[in-house]
Amino acid sequence: MKVIDIKNLHKTYYESEHEVHAVQGINLTFEEGEFAAIAGPSGCGKTTLLNMLGGLDDPSSGEINIGGTDVSSLKSSQRINFRLNNIGFVFQAYNLIPVLTAKENVEFIMHLQGKSKIERDARTKELLEAVGLGDRMNSRPSKLSGGQQQRVAVARALASKPKFVLADEPTANLDSKATENLLDIMEKLNREEKITFIFATHDARVMKKARRVVYLEDGKVLRDEVK
Amino acid sequence: MKEYLKIAWRNIWRNKRRTLITIASVFFALWLALIMRAMQTGSYKHMANGIVEAFTGSIQIHHKGYWNDQTLDNTFEFLPEIATKVESVDNIKSAIPRLESFALASTGEQTKGILVVGIDPVKELDLTHPDRKLVEGEYFSGASSNGVLVSSKLAGFLRLSVGDTLTLLSTGYHGASAAGIFPVIGIVKMPNPELNRRIVFLTLTTAQELYAAYNMLTSLVLNIEDTDQLVKIKKDLTALLDDEIYEIMDWKEMNPELVQQIQSDEYGGYIMLAMLYLIVGFGVLGTLIMMTTERRKEFGVMIAIGMQKKKLGLILSIEMLFMAIVGVAAGVIGSLPVIGYLVNNPIQIQGEGAELFESYGFDPIMPAEFDLTYFISQSVVVLVIFVLATIYPVRSVLKLNEIKALRS
Repeated sequence: MKVIDIKNLHKTYYESEHEVHAVQGINLTFEEGEFAAIAGPSGCGKTTLLNMLGGLDDPSSGEINIGGTDVSSLKSSQRINFRLNNIGFVFQAYNLIPVLTAKENVEFIMHLQGKSKIERDARTKELLEAVGLGDRMNSRPSKLSGGQQQRVAVARALASKPKFVLADEPTANLDSKATENLLDIMEKLNREEKITFIFATHDARVMKKARRVVYLEDGKVLRDEVK
Repeated sequence: MKEYLKIAWRNIWRNKRRTLITIASVFFALWLALIMRAMQTGSYKHMANGIVEAFTGSIQIHHKGYWNDQTLDNTFEFLPEIATKVESVDNIKSAIPRLESFALASTGEQTKGILVVGIDPVKELDLTHPDRKLVEGEYFSGASSNGVLVSSKLAGFLRLSVGDTLTLLSTGYHGASAAGIFPVIGIVKMPNPELNRRIVFLTLTTAQELYAAYNMLTSLVLNIEDTDQLVKIKKDLTALLDDEIYEIMDWKEMNPELVQQIQSDEYGGYIMLAMLYLIVGFGVLGTLIMMTTERRKEFGVMIAIGMQKKKLGLILSIEMLFMAIVGVAAGVIGSLPVIGYLVNNPIQIQGEGAELFESYGFDPIMPAEFDLTYFISQSVVVLVIFVLATIYPVRSVLKLNEIKALRS
């Protein structure tokens, strides 16, 4: 089943009066349960594409259809709600809410969704145990290592039971061991929860783990490899 | 909501030093403002009381035109039914008759133009309490007492003491000559320095005899229960009395200089407070701008993961509210013991300062007053400053571009 359908996507922006064609006519689809990486050198348009997939940025032209919804047609507040219920985000710098504990960070998304306390508690416990942080639930981000924070971020991204998770360079700040550990966890969750994971990365370890790698160059798809 | 309160409370303590500085600025501003208002309102009340309770009363009834031409020819006859009528009005405890005029007072060595006030020795006790102002001698023994009470500064000027005699010389009713020699039975200290320099009390009967103004009055001074009802009482009296014969004046109309002095001082105080609050307001705004700029990326993340901008704005508003409440509570609590002390121990102005006060006709004393009104108004002003300062960060969040915020 198609989760994301991208048709003839373009993104042009202006930098110091120069026109930059960050994405040029991309056509892609992502199916449910994929574990895919969008790879390429810096400036190839990975993050721009990811931002448009996440409804954070608008395409200049083309269409992004997520589960039957054209994201770019949604108003700002509708788009925020759409993200809340359909998309999970994992950022390079973890970006947890610093004043909340690991448990509260994960719970927060479900709180925004209006889920009951019982449901929130059960899901939070399940996810934090799944990422190996069942014993650090009450720790604030400042008391966790980078790898642990990123695992909390993964748990948070999955808390809302999204259609897919977008991870922008999730391993960039992690050492090898933490990277391997994080990728194993995400792959396990991908298989168990059937949630699509899409990474923007130039980390070879991520590309190796991904079952599909879309290579971009100058805003275009260079090749699309399915392993 | 509980979740937002929790996040907001924890957020304000993320940078303890900055939060404490912001709260401290609110505390000191409010603390100063409250003490200043307590001193101001206390002083105004003291000034007004010095005139109102010690002499003019809150409302007076005169013969029409008396106030602009204060001569004995503008007196009115004291008819018992007038007093009965006036005393029937709600909130009026009693109507106190007076005959006031001017005279030359002499002891032989010194002479001075003075104010002569003929009073009902019994009724006057309910309002101006001249007996309590005695510093020497005794009060009138009855309505026909022939003695005089002399204000202390005047007594000093005329070198009078109890048992001496005072000669009064003036013009009486319809041009009759008025002269008399009176024994000084007491010295009174009037709270208003201007009055204390020039007042002599006689019984009403003695004054009427002196001025040949038998059964005539210059004023009926009203002793009222609730000064807040001044306007209503005046309205009721206007409906009751013939405005072709009588004029009804409240203390503000009779003391326009005092009212103007109070108003100009009050405006000066407001300007000071406005400057104080302006400084605090900009300080708070600076803190908020810093706080918002520092957390721009965090806001971007929260919106990206699905938090509505309005809810984020709400969290920021709660943070501001928390700081304002803590600052206001600290300011109010901190000011209470100081105001309480000043209420019970008014500042006594000494030396040249005291002379300056007296030269303006004020008692050289600065009492404070405890009044819930200024506690509420000043706290509301601080809260309004916070609300205004909150507009900036909330507006920034509502207009936030997630992508730019995430890149910051």
